[in-house]
Amino acid sequence: MSALLEIEDLEVRFGPVAAVRGASLRLEKGETHCLVGESGCGKSVTALATMGLLARGGERRAARMSFAGTDLLSLSDRAMARIRGNRMSMIFQEPMTSLNPAFTVGSQMAEVLTRHKGASRGDALERAVALMGRVGITAPEMRLGQFPHQLSGGLRQRVMIAMALMCDPELLVADEPTTALDVTVQAQILRLLASLKRELKLSILLITHDLGIVARVADRVSVMYAGEVVERAPTAALFRAPQHPYTRGLLSCVPAPGRVRRDKPLGSIPGVVPTIPPGFAGCAFRSRCAHADATCAHEIARRLAGAGHDYLCRLMPRELAEPAPA
Amino acid sequence: MSAAIEVANLRREFRVRSGMLVAEKRVIAVDDVTFSIPAGSVLGIVGESGCGKTTLARLILGLLAPTAGTALVDGKRLFELDRKARARLIQPVFQDPFASLNPRRRIRDIVALPLDAQGTFTRGEIDKRVARILERVGLSAEMGERMPAQLSGGQRQRAAIARALVLEPRIVICDEPTSALDVSVQAQILNLLADLRRDLGLTYLFISHNLAVVEHVASEVAVMYLGRIVERNETDALFRSPRHPYTRALLDSVLTPEPGRGVPDVGLGDIMPDPANIPPGCRFHPRCRIAVERCGSVPPQPVVRAGEGVVECHLA
Repeated sequence: MSALLEIEDLEVRFGPVAAVRGASLRLEKGETHCLVGESGCGKSVTALATMGLLARGGERRAARMSFAGTDLLSLSDRAMARIRGNRMSMIFQEPMTSLNPAFTVGSQMAEVLTRHKGASRGDALERAVALMGRVGITAPEMRLGQFPHQLSGGLRQRVMIAMALMCDPELLVADEPTTALDVTVQAQILRLLASLKRELKLSILLITHDLGIVARVADRVSVMYAGEVVERAPTAALFRAPQHPYTRGLLSCVPAPGRVRRDKPLGSIPGVVPTIPPGFAGCAFRSRCAHADATCAHEIARRLAGAGHDYLCRLMPRELAEPAPA
Repeated sequence: MSAAIEVANLRREFRVRSGMLVAEKRVIAVDDVTFSIPAGSVLGIVGESGCGKTTLARLILGLLAPTAGTALVDGKRLFELDRKARARLIQPVFQDPFASLNPRRRIRDIVALPLDAQGTFTRGEIDKRVARILERVGLSAEMGERMPAQLSGGQRQRAAIARALVLEPRIVICDEPTSALDVSVQAQILNLLADLRRDLGLTYLFISHNLAVVEHVASEVAVMYLGRIVERNETDALFRSPRHPYTRALLDSVLTPEPGRGVPDVGLGDIMPDPANIPPGCRFHPRCRIAVERCGSVPPQPVVRAGEGVVECHLA
């Protein structure tokens, strides 16, 4: 397999705040890679930095950032704009805020193709109809003339997905694409993404806080905490033998039918995510970790736990998942 | 076990007009809902957005007047009580602790408000009760001096819980209490709610779209669809053998953290339920995989079977 997207040592700062601190990520062609973590861990910022979409004041630095052989770090804004929405596209959590309420679905979808590929409006609309059909939108011709507010949340997200596919991208970045949707619709959208990935040989970088989604759709997982990737693993390995105490804590927090008895407390991670001051060294999780000792305040080396499975902790690898101490 | 609350034939209609010249439409958000919750237990309410679960909560809290129906708490007719008396019996915990706490007041004043509003407590009593409840929910006295913006999401939800409990109510209506929180914090709050229920003998109406959470906290579950409870049963029985096809679809769509199982096909199609256009017959039939002809014309009646709960389906 070859990498479609490689990021090494990504740092993103907003003034004095370090949002991402040395994150590395490798996305293979045709795989779904999940970036999982809680709010503020830097997962969305990592995706936005990759797309060149950081908010004003965001400062990006990386040792390497390459997409299908192109060095993204050296691209001008204009060159980046040609790739974005074309060879890599993105869908967001709340489709209502990412669609323009003043334009019809048809005109917004067609614009992607006329702008990037110089297609005629007629050809672009034809492709829009075909793609809407592909993503399971009934009566696509009728939808062309509708405005975003006339669609349900699930339909809007389908429109967003169809729009993201207009130029036949190699990479789809999906930032919490189902968080605003009902569980029933969530399952439908995730099934759709899985079938698109298979058919169109799409690579997907999926950002989520939901470990259920990770388990069901990811090939590989990167777990983020306080701006760092604390564990990377093939999905099965991560759930079978999570290594980082944060990953283990997170897994124990999820109520899973039949796994935790009612009247028994769920596992939980004490405390809150710390703010990381400039010049911080060592493990960011140590203030909440039951295993922490003095050595955790120094730089931590990555440990290998298996093929493609590494983590950022001084503890030796352990074989099986065991409940994290409360 | 005696019932902490008994709700019978509760109904709420809204009149909506989508344009100036369009005729008024009736939306029945809650339609003939009946249930009771045994004291000290938890009734979970699940369903998709727009199913009426939040309207149900608002009716019971007295934030909306019912179109019809009754609710008994402690043998008292809830909808005939004044606000102060109702507040002593029932209190809410809402979804978003960023929106439900007054941003301009200190936490301890926010928590004291229900006591102030009663007008019968002395300053000393209020301070004592507030200090006690803050400690009980895991907030330090120092946290009580802070403003909501200086607290994390989990701490704010603890403050909202303290405010709900400071009057020592019998019943707490939890409307998506952990949906805005991260998983690690969600677990802390769910554990706290469970402890409080056990220690204080509280009864919860627990509304959530997260079935895994409901399975964990509820003793009984009611499934709502377009304003009606289409199935109600003991939690274990409902999760083990759901009888309504909608319950089955909801359960199928839960993504448990089990790798390799893929995303299930819930088979609901893409027709979304619209409370302004409730289908004739069984309201679920346009999305139902197993619907037969009569489902499109004859509304199913609730069928009660011992040990199998209540279900509204011709085919169950």
